[in-house]
Amino acid sequence: METSIVTYALILILPLAAFIIQMLVGRRLPRGGDWVVLTAIFAAFVLSFGVFWRALSGGAFANGPWTWTFRDWLRTPTPQASWTLPMGILVDNVTAMMLVVVTGCSALIFLFSTGYMAGHPRYSRFFGYLALFAFSMLVLVLADNLLALYVGWELVGVSSYLLIGFLHDRALVPPDISPGSASKKAFITTRIGDVGFFLGILAVFAVTGQLGYGNVFQSIGDGAFMGRPWLLTLVGLLLFCGAIGKSAQFPLHVWLPDAMAGPTPVSALIHAATMVAAGVYMVGRLYPIFTPDALVVIAYVGAITAFFAATIAVVMTDVKRVLAYSTISQLGYMMFGLGVGAYGAGLFHLMTHAFFKALLFLASGSVIHAMEHGLGRVGRHWNPDTGEDDPQDMRNMGGLRHAMPITFATMGVATLAICGVPFTSGFLSKDMILGGAVAFGFIEHPQHFLIPLLGLAAAALTAFYMFRLMFMTFFGEFRKEREVEHGLRESPASMTVPLVVLAIFSVWIWYTFDPSAAFREVWTAEFIVKPLPATGTLADVASNEAFAHAAHTAHIPAMLLSLLAAGAGILLAWRKYRRGTISLEAWRTSDSRLYRVLANKYYVDEAYEHTAVAATLVVSRAAAWFDKVIIDGLVNAVARLQVGISWLAGRADKFGVDGAVNLLADAVRAMGNGVRQVQTGRIQNYIVFAMMGIIILFLIIR
Amino acid sequence: MTPHQIVFAILAVVTVGGAVLVAFTPRVIHAAFSLLFTFMGVAGLYVLLAADFLAVAQVIIYVGGILVLILFGVMLTQRIYDVRLRVQRIQPVLGGATALGVLALLLAVIFRTEWPVVAPPPPAPTTAPIGAAFMKQYVFPFEFASVVLLVALIGAALIARRPVSDDEQARRPVSDDEQARRPVSDDEQARRPSSDGGSASTRDEAERRAGRVKEEV
Amino acid sequence: MGLQAYLVVGALLFSLGIVCLVTRRNAVAVLMGVELILNAANLNFVAFARFGYGALDGQMFAIFSIVMAAAEVAVALALVLNLYRTIGTIDVDEADTLRG
Repeated sequence: METSIVTYALILILPLAAFIIQMLVGRRLPRGGDWVVLTAIFAAFVLSFGVFWRALSGGAFANGPWTWTFRDWLRTPTPQASWTLPMGILVDNVTAMMLVVVTGCSALIFLFSTGYMAGHPRYSRFFGYLALFAFSMLVLVLADNLLALYVGWELVGVSSYLLIGFLHDRALVPPDISPGSASKKAFITTRIGDVGFFLGILAVFAVTGQLGYGNVFQSIGDGAFMGRPWLLTLVGLLLFCGAIGKSAQFPLHVWLPDAMAGPTPVSALIHAATMVAAGVYMVGRLYPIFTPDALVVIAYVGAITAFFAATIAVVMTDVKRVLAYSTISQLGYMMFGLGVGAYGAGLFHLMTHAFFKALLFLASGSVIHAMEHGLGRVGRHWNPDTGEDDPQDMRNMGGLRHAMPITFATMGVATLAICGVPFTSGFLSKDMILGGAVAFGFIEHPQHFLIPLLGLAAAALTAFYMFRLMFMTFFGEFRKEREVEHGLRESPASMTVPLVVLAIFSVWIWYTFDPSAAFREVWTAEFIVKPLPATGTLADVASNEAFAHAAHTAHIPAMLLSLLAAGAGILLAWRKYRRGTISLEAWRTSDSRLYRVLANKYYVDEAYEHTAVAATLVVSRAAAWFDKVIIDGLVNAVARLQVGISWLAGRADKFGVDGAVNLLADAVRAMGNGVRQVQTGRIQNYIVFAMMGIIILFLIIR
Repeated sequence: MTPHQIVFAILAVVTVGGAVLVAFTPRVIHAAFSLLFTFMGVAGLYVLLAADFLAVAQVIIYVGGILVLILFGVMLTQRIYDVRLRVQRIQPVLGGATALGVLALLLAVIFRTEWPVVAPPPPAPTTAPIGAAFMKQYVFPFEFASVVLLVALIGAALIARRPVSDDEQARRPVSDDEQARRPVSDDEQARRPSSDGGSASTRDEAERRAGRVKEEV
Repeated sequence: MGLQAYLVVGALLFSLGIVCLVTRRNAVAVLMGVELILNAANLNFVAFARFGYGALDGQMFAIFSIVMAAAEVAVALALVLNLYRTIGTIDVDEADTLRG
C-alpha cells in the first residue's frame, strides 16, 4: 500500500493551522478554542496511525523509504551551481513509529490539559503553544534532510521555551524554580548543544556538498571522507552535541530538572515523550554517519548519564524532580543502547518510555492537582520562603492510594514498566538494551565493561527510587493534617482517561505475545532495521550479524541480571519506606557528605554558575561597560561637541552678527546724532550753512 | 579827485559805516538808528547812479516805512529798563568767517570778471519811463506786487493779532493752541484766574526768563 | 566812479548784513541784517542798470525789491511780536523747537 503526500501534508498542516487559528482567534472561541487543537491532533494521530499500520502490516516501506522532495526550492544564482538545497519529506518505519508516538502522546496529553489547565487565564494561548510544539516535532520527524531537521529542532526549542515559561507570571513555583529563568536556562543550554550540531551540519555540507540524508550517506559511501576517518568521527560527535543538549545528557542535562517549572502536561509532553526523544531520534536517523569510535563515545555518555542521574533521583523530595532525573537516566539508556549497537532496542525503548513516562508525569500531575485542592480547601498555600505546604513534596504525602485509586493503579503500572518488571513493555525494551550492552561490553569488547555495569547499576537505582516514590506517595500514613486529607479527591475524567489509556499501552501485549520475549520476537526487531554505516562494507554487515547473535546469546543472562538489579532495588525500597528499617531522615540529618553531594546534584549547576555563567557575565558586563562608557560616551561627546558648536555659533551670532547689526545701528545712530547737531533749530545756523554751501559751490563751479 | 568821486566816497563811508554800526553795536536801538544812516547813504548813491525816482522811493519807503516799523518792533519788544549784562553773540567766529568768505568771494568775482561796461548815458529823469514801464512791460509784476502787499497786510494783521479779542473770550479758559504755544505748567494755570489768560502768564514767564543771565543782543 | 566801486560797496553791505544776520541774538536786529542785504542787492541792480546796456530794468527790479522788502518787514515784525508773546523773549536762540 502506498501512502500519499496528502497524508503527510495534512499531518503537518493540521497542527500548524490549529496554532495559527488558536493564536489569532482562540480566545473568542467557546471553551477557549481547545477543541480546535484537540481535533487537529486527533486527526493527525488517526492519519499517523494509518501510516503506521500500513507500514507494519502492509510493509509499506519494506522496499525503501517513501520520499517526496521539493527540488530546487533554493538554488545558487549561477548556472554553474554545484549544489542545490532540496526540501522534502522522508518516511520509513522509524518515521511511522515516531509519528504515532508523537501524535498519540500529544493527543492524550492535550486531552489531559483540558482538565489540568482549566480556568487558567491564558488557557487558549497554552493550547496554541501546544499546537506549535506538535507541528515543530512533526517537522523534525518528517524531514528528509539536515536543514529541515535543524529547522524542526529549533522550532521545538522555541516551543519548549514558550511552554516551560508559561507560568511566568509566578515568580516561583515549587520547589524553588522561577519559570522565567527555567525557560531561559532550557533554551540556552540546548543552544549550546545546537552550536555543535550546526557545526556538524556545516561540516557535512562542506565535505559532501549534500544535505539530504540519502545523498549524504551516498556521498560518504562514495568516499567523501576518504583518508580522514577522524574527521568523520568528529563530525559525528559534533552532530551528537545537539543530542547531548536536547536529550539532556551529561553535561548539558541541567535544564531538564528546572524545566519542571512548566505545567505538568508540558513536562509530560516535552520532557518525557517527545522533545527529549528528538535527540535519540536524530542519532537513530543519522546512524550511518557515526563511526564505531563515535558510537563508543555516545555509549559512554549515555551510560554515565544514566547512572549519574539515577543517583541524584534517589535523594530528591519533589515528585517532578524525581521524574525529571528519571527521564535523564532513561534517555541515557536510549543513548547507550544506540551506542553499543542495539539500534532497534534503543528506538524501541524510546517508544515504550514515551508512554510510561508520560503516564508517570500525568499521574503525578493528578496527584499534585489533588494536593493543591486539598491544601487550598483549608486555605493553605505553598510558602516559597519556608517551603511549607508544597503540593509537590513527597514528604507531605502518604496513603494516597485510598483517595486516588485510579491514579494509584495507573502510576503503579508505569512504575513497574520503568523498573523493567516482567509483563510490562518497559521490561521488553530495557531488557533488549541491557542485552545489547552486555553483548557489547562483556562479550565483544571487554575493555568497555563499564558500560553494561553502569547500565545495571542504573537499573537497580531506578527501581529503588521509583518504588521509593510509590511508597512515599501512595502508602503509609498521610503526613499532613486530617482536614487536608479530606480534601483529596480523584481527578476528573478528562485527566484519568488519558492515564488509563497510557497504562493500557504500557503492558507487554502490544509488542509480543510472549512476556519473556527473546530479542527477535518483538515485532520491532523486524520493523526497525539497523542501518549500515555509510562507509559500510560487507565486513560491517557481518559484524552486525555477529552482534545480533551475541545479543541474543547474552539475552538470558542479561535478563536475569536486570531482574536481579530491579528486585534488589525494590526490596531495598520496601525495607526502607514500607518497613522503615532504614531511615532516609537519619541519613539526611547525619550530615553525610555523600548525601549532600547527591542532594546538591553533584554541584553541576554551581560549577556552571562559576564558570560559564560567570564568564558570560564578565563578557556581558564588559560589553555593557563598553556600550555605556565608550559608545554612549562617544555619542555624548558628539552631542556635547554639537552643543559646544551651537554655543559658539550662538556667541558668534550674538557678538558677531548681532554685534555687526548693532554696530551698524549704533553707527547710524551716531551719525544721526552727529548730523542731528546740525539741526540746531536756530535759523542763523542754517543761514551760515547756506552761505558756506554757496561759497563751496562757487569754488567748485567757478 | 573829481567831485563825483568825493561825493561817492562820502556816501560810501556813510553807508558802510552805518552798516558796520548796525552789525556790531551791542544795543539794538543804536543799530536801528545806524540803519537810518545806511538807508540815507544808499539813497544818495542812487542819486549818483541817476536813479532819481528810486532814491526818493528808497527814502520814503525804507526810511519812512520800514525803519519806522523796525523801530516800533524794537521798542515793543524791549524792556523798559536795559539790563546790560555780558554781551553774547551767536557763533561770532563762524559767522564772521562765513561773511569774510562771502566778501572774498564777491570781491573776487567783482575784480576778476570783465564786466561788459557801457558808457553811461547822461542822467535823465526816470519817473516817466518807470511809470510807463509799469503799465507796459511790468504790468503783471505790478499787479502781482499789489496782491502780495494785500496778502502781507492781512497776514501781518492776523499774525500780530492779540489772542484774546473781547471780554467773552477773556473769560474763557485757555484754548489748546494757546496751551501749545505757551509752555505754562498746569499748577500755574490752576492758580491763575483765566481772565487775562495770555499776557499775564506770559509776563510772569517773561519775568522768570528775565532772571536768566542773558541779555538781548 | 566805475561800476566796480558800486559793486564793492554792495559787497561790503552784503557781508555786513550777513554778519548782522547771523550773529545777533535780537530778532529785530536780525531783520535789520536782512534789510542790509536787500539794500546791497538793490544797489547792485541799480549799478548794473546804469553801467549795463542802459535800460531801466535794474531800477524796476530795485523798485519791486523795495516793495517786497516792505511787505516782508511787516510780516516779519508781526511774527516777531508773536514770538515775543509766545516765548516771552526775542532771543532767537531760544526759538529752537525745531531742534533735531
